[in-house]
Amino acid sequence: MDKKDILKHLPYSKPFLFVDKILEINENSVTGQYTFSPEHDFYKGHFKANPLTPGVILTECMAQIGVVCLGIFLLNKDKIISGRPNIALSSSEVEYFKSVIPGETVKVVSEKQYFRFNKLKCKVSMFNNSEELVCRGVIAGMILDKERNE
Amino acid sequence: MSEKEIIDRLKKIVEPYVQRVEGLQNFQENTDFLNDLEINSANLVDVVLDVEDEFDIEIDNDSLEGMLTVGDAKSIIQNKIKAG
Repeated sequence: MDKKDILKHLPYSKPFLFVDKILEINENSVTGQYTFSPEHDFYKGHFKANPLTPGVILTECMAQIGVVCLGIFLLNKDKIISGRPNIALSSSEVEYFKSVIPGETVKVVSEKQYFRFNKLKCKVSMFNNSEELVCRGVIAGMILDKERNE
Repeated sequence: MSEKEIIDRLKKIVEPYVQRVEGLQNFQENTDFLNDLEINSANLVDVVLDVEDEFDIEIDNDSLEGMLTVGDAKSIIQNKIKAG
């Protein structure tokens, strides 16, 4: 499965898709990038007259690239899926160091801790264009059933 | 390894994942991971990985599916230790 195919299997769409591109992927790690469009609605309210990307959205971006994209790659490698798996976030523990302004591009790097019994747990970091650490943490997701009926 | 020893070690492993602490007071074979201890399926995976490390065994998908109670876990551990 190539990098573009993974994006096609993602179960998200605008305005909640936070992956633009997979830069590198293998069975132990993934690197991807995303540019936060200034058009996102949440910038109107977070914060008033001072738009910054909410931490929950940074976490979502880390989860989509670091756990979901890697999960799709791993499932496909084992030929477990052909459609879109039914997935859920099961835990996240994240620390935040830098803010991300509208229009900024971030890079997410994720390393697999384990993929067992349909649970994928990863150590994930996000960097800005100056290669500064934006946030990092441990995020895990589960596959609830092997495939959704389409 | 005695049954009591397995259950004591199992109790130590599950403690950090338990949501319903009262369930730990009467920790025995009939204790149900989901209903009595409120350990969800995501955390049960972590319990199983810790069990693998603690007892130096490998647990497969089928065993996990049959692991609903402390007694189930004890039997799986005993069988794996014997087989190993």
